[in-house]
Amino acid sequence: MQWLNAIIQGVLLGGLYALLAAGLSLMFGVMRIVNLAHGALAMLAAYIGLVIVQGTGVSPFLAMVAVVPIMAGVGYLLQWGVFNRALRVGGLAPLLAAFGLAVVLTQLLQLKFTSDSQSLQTGSLSIASIQISDDISIGVLPLITFGVGVVVIAALQVFISKAPLGRAMRAASDDPETVPLMGIDNRQVYALSTAIALGTVGLAGMFLAVRGNFDPNYGQAMLIFAFEAVIIGGLGSLWGTLAGGMVLGVAQALGSQVNPSYGVLVGNLVFLAILAFRPSGLLPKAVTA
Amino acid sequence: MTLLQVSGLDVHYGDFQALYSMDLTVAEGETLAVIGANGAGKSTLLKAIAGLVAPSAGEISFDGTSVTTLAAHKRVPLGIALTPEGRRIFKSLTVEENLLVGAHAKRKGPWNLARVYEAFPLVADRKDRVGTNLSGGEQQAAAIGRALMSNPRLLLLDEVSLGLAPVVIEQIYAALPAITSQGTTVLVVEQDVNQSMKVADRVQCMLEGRTVLEGAPADLTRDQIASAYFGI
Ligand SMILES: Nc1ncnc2c1ncn2[C@@H]1O[C@H](COP(=O)(O)OP(=O)(O)O)[C@@H](O)[C@H]1O
Ligand SMILES: [Mg+2]
Repeated sequence: MQWLNAIIQGVLLGGLYALLAAGLSLMFGVMRIVNLAHGALAMLAAYIGLVIVQGTGVSPFLAMVAVVPIMAGVGYLLQWGVFNRALRVGGLAPLLAAFGLAVVLTQLLQLKFTSDSQSLQTGSLSIASIQISDDISIGVLPLITFGVGVVVIAALQVFISKAPLGRAMRAASDDPETVPLMGIDNRQVYALSTAIALGTVGLAGMFLAVRGNFDPNYGQAMLIFAFEAVIIGGLGSLWGTLAGGMVLGVAQALGSQVNPSYGVLVGNLVFLAILAFRPSGLLPKAVTA
Repeated sequence: MTLLQVSGLDVHYGDFQALYSMDLTVAEGETLAVIGANGAGKSTLLKAIAGLVAPSAGEISFDGTSVTTLAAHKRVPLGIALTPEGRRIFKSLTVEENLLVGAHAKRKGPWNLARVYEAFPLVADRKDRVGTNLSGGEQQAAAIGRALMSNPRLLLLDEVSLGLAPVVIEQIYAALPAITSQGTTVLVVEQDVNQSMKVADRVQCMLEGRTVLEGAPADLTRDQIASAYFGI
């Protein structure tokens, strides 16, 4: 039963990874941008949340209502100000721009907030759990995080397959040169894509922040797991990203069950095994790729 | 009335000059065919009109206003639509989604999904297929339909017949009267001279970035066209 418990905890953790990876997957799927600043941006969201919570005394969950649109706005401006220019240059420029952004953003957060750990308190919710049996108890906060991860992925998927903007995003992913002939400005499609992606980063950053302590580097440390989730699931596939997050979470939880220090290691081994034996991922090429 | 006027247009790709002081005029409601051998600069001309390549000199005016420096996506709402060479159907979108993307500019006019399906039964039969799973003829018909969805005043068609079986070319060109009868002005580019002579009110022949011959099909002799086409 301990193993079953580990699997359940792993699945829930996978929801968090998927939430963090959703925006990564979206930006890669639409623009082929590997956003190395994703984790740093998640921390920007967490600190914005912290400022709001400390300034107004509202709960972190209420603060998300402000953090998500703020981050979406950041994404929109970031795309017009940085990534659209980098895409025009082409080659490695978008990757380098993202890398530079990650460094600068992390440094700025350290300057403003120091490297000390911070936390966002959710009161009794942080310890609330549902006892299923003697060995199995499900934390309410991880459950909420998981639910939000699944809902975000599902909502993105529906948006991309049904909404006119989602259609334009897929068209831009297929053949950006032909998109202007439809009367569509690629750069605007990209800006809206990044706005949506960073909206999800806003959620991911806040859920990372309420889960435990965080500091300016924490997001980038978690980013590696998000990347692994995306690649395990198959590049550009949102359902794949969710599956990849869960596979990674379960691998880590099972590893930890054997020995608490094995969690990350086993996760990485599973990731490497997938790269070796199924390099296109579990669910390659769904809608966005 | 003149709908499109191109004057003194130069286009360069790096050091290479593809168009030399091109002049071209299309009257509203007219069908003009631009013919010429591979590499003559036909696609470059259409791309310049659609805004995909920037000219280094010259003017393009549409319905009396200059669009020379206007971005491609802003020309569509004015009524310029290009069906590019190679069709360029969005591969992961279904045929119907391709058509809907084409309607993005929301220009008012006679064309909508139902009308396109009526004009191109080939497209109607395949509306739920993704772009990857279409034959060349189906892609071409869908690409023309997609351009029509923007309700263009000027439809630019690049190499409709390239790589298609004669019977399929026939089917696709059969839809042209339905397009022109709506008052749509058409500029077709073809390597296939016979095909374009059949549909055009006027023919303009290009050679190495310049116009070498123009006139109504009936006024041009085979020899004239052959020598203009091949530069002999
Ligand atoms: N993107 C490009 N870069 C460099 N040269 C090009 C490019 N596109 C076309 N050309 C050159 O410009 C000339 C005209 O090409 P194009 O307009 O495609 O001719 P056509 O459509 O009549 O076959 C050709 O010599 C071609 O090699
Ligand atoms: Mg051509």
